[in-house]
Amino acid sequence: MAKSRGTVVVNTERCKGCNLCVVACPTNVLDLQGKEVNNRGYHFAYMKQAEECIGCAACGSVCPDGCIDVYRSKP
Amino acid sequence: MTTNMIKVENLVYKKPKLLNDNDMHYCPGCSHGVVHKLVAEVIEEMGLENTTIGVAPVGCAVFIYEYLDIDWQEAAHGRAPAVATAIKRLNPEKMVFTYQGDGDLAAIGTGETIHACNRGENIAIISINNGIYGMTGGQMAPTTLLGMKSSTSPDGRDMARAGFPLKMADLVAQLDGVCYVTRQAVHTMPAVNKTKKAIRKAFEYSMQNKGTSMVEVVSSCSAGWKMTPQEANDWMRDNMFLHYPLGDLKDNK
Repeated sequence: MAKSRGTVVVNTERCKGCNLCVVACPTNVLDLQGKEVNNRGYHFAYMKQAEECIGCAACGSVCPDGCIDVYRSKP
Repeated sequence: MTTNMIKVENLVYKKPKLLNDNDMHYCPGCSHGVVHKLVAEVIEEMGLENTTIGVAPVGCAVFIYEYLDIDWQEAAHGRAPAVATAIKRLNPEKMVFTYQGDGDLAAIGTGETIHACNRGENIAIISINNGIYGMTGGQMAPTTLLGMKSSTSPDGRDMARAGFPLKMADLVAQLDGVCYVTRQAVHTMPAVNKTKKAIRKAFEYSMQNKGTSMVEVVSSCSAGWKMTPQEANDWMRDNMFLHYPLGDLKDNK
């Protein structure tokens, strides 16, 4: 049984790599890609520690471009 | 396990439908995007998709009509409250709001803003205050803090030469035509939620013909302030909030 209760899906082409979701995440799930970039040259966000996600949607709500969909499993 | 979770019934947060898929021209981390999203969410939740008319400003948000799928009218620089007045008087059943930056609302449009508020027009005004003219290269605005560096005040704003930062929200709160004035921010999740509630209240008051509402959103401008988005948010919290404290200034329930 995995520990994770939530997960996010990042629209990587829309993401501008502003890092605000990384700062907002209370469980340090997200990070920006170190080398990989999207078509516009931005280092987009990804789930670095996916198992820690609690599905709180803090990342989604502070995302200026609405790139993040958040899912949370029902108990 | 995580892939099993990606199902419609587990979805807890998603970009609102009214915010379309056009790529926004804003710099990474710009507060405009969050406020656009909140406006879209509130309109969707209130079911006002077909009854809302927005008035777009001149400034960074000039292209807001490209991103939100509602009816828009572009106004001349600073004249959004005057245009919104006409739209609301001719279409009293519509929900009319303006979306303005501080260069638009607090500089060239001060007269229009104050008189629309004083007449108590039943419109909502959403104002974005980042303390500079972001679009044209970060020049000093009336809202620039004392000592704050901008491209036209490289040594910081000097009171003797440029006066004091203008608090538009405090100013319009004095006017009898105004029913609701609040100052909010969008740098953290709780702040975003509060701002969303404030925008909803402003739209509701507008539809109840209670008078003018103003929601001022203290915002960061990472490009204009020459910082990373995160540094800009921290700088905003440590400096902007001292002069522009958050909270309700007026609420005639």
